[in-house]
Amino acid sequence: MDLTILYYLIPSLIMFCCGVYGFITRRNMIAILISLELMLNSVDINFVVFNRFLFPGDMEGMFFTLFAIGLAAAETALAIAIIINVFRVSENIDVRDITKMKY
Amino acid sequence: MQPVIPIIILALPLAMFLVLGLFGNKMSHRLAGVLGTAGMGVTMVLAYITSFTYFFSGNSEFFDAETHTRLQAVIFNHDWLSFTDSLVIRLGFLLDPISALLLVVITTISFMVHLYSNGYMRDHHGVWEKGFQRFYAFLSLFSFSMLGLVVATNIFQMYIFWELVGASSYLLIGFYYTKPSAVSASKKAFIVTRFADLGFLLGILVLSFYTGTFNFTDFTSSEVAEGVYAVNAATAEGIKNIFATSAAPTFMGASVLTWALVLIFMGGMGKSAMMPLHIWLPDAMEGPTPVSALIHAATMVVAGVYLVARLFPLYLMETAALDIIVVVGALTALYAAMVACTQIDIKRVLAFSTISQIAFMMVSLGVARPEFHHGLGYMAGMFHLFTHAMFKALLFLCAGALIHAIGSNDYTAMHGLRKHMPITHITFLIGCLAIAGIIPFAGFFSKDEILTATLGHSTLWYVWMSAVAGLTAFYMFRLYYLIFWWKEHKVPEGHHAPHDQPWTMTLPLVILAVVSCVAGFVPMGNLVTWNGHEMFDNVNFFTNLAALDWSVAGISLAVAIAAIALATVMYKKENPMPEKFKNALPNLWRWCHHRFYWDELYMFITHKIIFGCISKPIAWFDRKMVDGTMDAFAAITHKASYAIRGLQSGNVQMYVWFYLIGALLLGAITAICLL
Amino acid sequence: MESVGSIIVYVVIALAIIICSVLAVTTRKILRAATYLLFALFATAALYFKLDYEFLGAVQIAVYAGGIVVLFVFSILLTSHPGDNSAKLASKKRVLGLLAAVAMLVVAGYSLISRTSMLAATAAGDNPAMKEIGTALMGTGHGQYLLPFEAISVLLLACIIGGVAIARKR
Repeated sequence: MDLTILYYLIPSLIMFCCGVYGFITRRNMIAILISLELMLNSVDINFVVFNRFLFPGDMEGMFFTLFAIGLAAAETALAIAIIINVFRVSENIDVRDITKMKY
Repeated sequence: MQPVIPIIILALPLAMFLVLGLFGNKMSHRLAGVLGTAGMGVTMVLAYITSFTYFFSGNSEFFDAETHTRLQAVIFNHDWLSFTDSLVIRLGFLLDPISALLLVVITTISFMVHLYSNGYMRDHHGVWEKGFQRFYAFLSLFSFSMLGLVVATNIFQMYIFWELVGASSYLLIGFYYTKPSAVSASKKAFIVTRFADLGFLLGILVLSFYTGTFNFTDFTSSEVAEGVYAVNAATAEGIKNIFATSAAPTFMGASVLTWALVLIFMGGMGKSAMMPLHIWLPDAMEGPTPVSALIHAATMVVAGVYLVARLFPLYLMETAALDIIVVVGALTALYAAMVACTQIDIKRVLAFSTISQIAFMMVSLGVARPEFHHGLGYMAGMFHLFTHAMFKALLFLCAGALIHAIGSNDYTAMHGLRKHMPITHITFLIGCLAIAGIIPFAGFFSKDEILTATLGHSTLWYVWMSAVAGLTAFYMFRLYYLIFWWKEHKVPEGHHAPHDQPWTMTLPLVILAVVSCVAGFVPMGNLVTWNGHEMFDNVNFFTNLAALDWSVAGISLAVAIAAIALATVMYKKENPMPEKFKNALPNLWRWCHHRFYWDELYMFITHKIIFGCISKPIAWFDRKMVDGTMDAFAAITHKASYAIRGLQSGNVQMYVWFYLIGALLLGAITAICLL
Repeated sequence: MESVGSIIVYVVIALAIIICSVLAVTTRKILRAATYLLFALFATAALYFKLDYEFLGAVQIAVYAGGIVVLFVFSILLTSHPGDNSAKLASKKRVLGLLAAVAMLVVAGYSLISRTSMLAATAAGDNPAMKEIGTALMGTGHGQYLLPFEAISVLLLACIIGGVAIARKR
């Protein structure tokens, strides 16, 4: 049995769908952020897999992943800073309740 | 001549305007008044020096001794805006007979008015009027603009200063800007003269397009020998060439030169309040009385006459335009004189009298032909401009003194003031005699010259203008008797009787009265002629007297005396004759009293016809169609954004739903397509 | 033809990824969710190793597992009480979410499988040498990444400053 590209893409797809499900249904802002990380990670896997299977001589996919990890780190750090700040103001990190600045 | 003094003449009033306008509020009222008056006084002295040098020095720059001809001298001419080689706008200083004459007139009257306003612009308790400094700043601005206008070396400079005098006139008429009538009067003056200036501008453009020059010296060189039209040879050649070609440009049957000159005259009609553009001048009396004396009697309103005089050699090339000027002038003179007989506001009487007298000058220019006594009409018009400035300023300043003493413009509030205000009484009487044309006062000589020139041109206009001169004497003495004679009003308890005004106000009256007595003896024929050529060989104090044509002078004197006698009979004492007269000719009286309904006609034309039939549909189209389209866009956007505002909830999870649905649909479509 | 060991490793990794992902989004304890995320990330790192990207795997462990998840744990501890369950989801909402996820899975999976030509590809190539990676990161030529590298440095700096500015006590 050969481990073709499909074998790697299916778990990644499932991971992505989990991320979507979590992002839509969760109320806790940190949980939403975790779902987001899942989605990002599945995309990273796709990059790497495509690089390895379709363009083995190049390194583009790897570098994209590398930079995506860097971006994810930055994004998470900022998002968490915001969340902590919101928590300080409203003692709550439920997205439904953060409506102070709306309209 | 060195350009230093001319530059100071222009720069000093401008500097005064800037100083008083910018720092006036920081200084005391008295200082501002003294400063403005002193500045004007220095300007006056320098202007006297300049024009005396021009007239009497015999300098070869100004006077050609061989042909006894005065020359045009450009003192300096600075390239201000140079667009192309041929289109250069210059600012300069041109000395020739009329500009030297006007320098004297303007600075004299302006200085008198500056001095007079020190007394006029404060009430009986010595409290200064609000905006006193501003008033002096505007007076300085006006003096600057008017001086710049008369010394203009080219027609464009003249146009610039022409607009500047219009603007300062606007500012001064609206000086009491809290009074709605003053505000609307200033707007009216500005709009009417602006409308006329449109014609002026078009005339300038047409003229300079065909002649290729703006410079007056190109139009009117005085170096040409007597007998030849004093248009510069090259320009004259050029103009003749335009007409010589087979395709001579014409428009609606008149040559371009006629059109240009008539359009330029239209600008003059606006400024000089000729019919039908006269309607602004009576309303302009809403301004302070010294302003009326300076701007609306002596200087600015004669700018139109000056303009025609300035371009006179060109007008001589196209006498059709001169004929138009005569007709307009004659009609205006009669109209204004008739209206002046029925007004009850003394300033309005004087305003209509001004219109009538300016019309005299216009007629005089219009009938001037070189064939007749070396262009006597031109000289007479300028002479009358000079004398009229003096005695009309005197009359206005007297009126100001009366208004200041009584507190009303209405002569029915005055009556019998001759005992209370003797100085004002005597000077006003001198002014009336001068304007009525009684020998030896100033107006007699100049008016006599005008009538002589008119007779030389056409008998019809001579009879017409003589009748108007009689009317002039009549309405002036009607005014005089109504103010100073009749039974005086009782002074209410607790008020003191009217009395003569402080020296700052009476001194100008006395000076101007003296000038009005002697100005007629100025040998104007040797100073101001259309081609600069002297009329007399030797002059002395009695030259004018000796040169009188007694057949004309005797008739005009007789007419004037008869008119004064009629006025004396009718108005010296309160009697029923005026009422009878009025009842005998009710329609005539009503038309005169309502100024022949010109204002109503304008109102009808502008409001009913222009606003109602043209502006309203345009406004409707603009508001409903043009704006409406834009409003509809805005309203649709507004409504739509309100409707979909809920979508933009800030709820990211909702956004993900939308995104997901879209992505799924796209994916599904792709998948189906791939099947 | 893959070796049996390789297949076994693959199965373990794939199962770990799937199970940990599902658990991360379904558990009601937030701290547990973070932990499952950590395991999912580890499994991903293992996947990278298996695909012969050792440097990438190391970065994944160091940055994601070591940095980001720690941040998550910190913030969770700061913002909630340990042991709290998050509110139970409304069933309607859960069904909807599940529906969306499954629809996504079906559409994407279908379009994947329909590309039969692509499925034949097998893994090839070697683990890129450290030297190559370094050259590619620092070079300016074709296929080299100095500009993105600098851009992301600036981004991280901005992020540090922004994080400090936002979270600072006023």
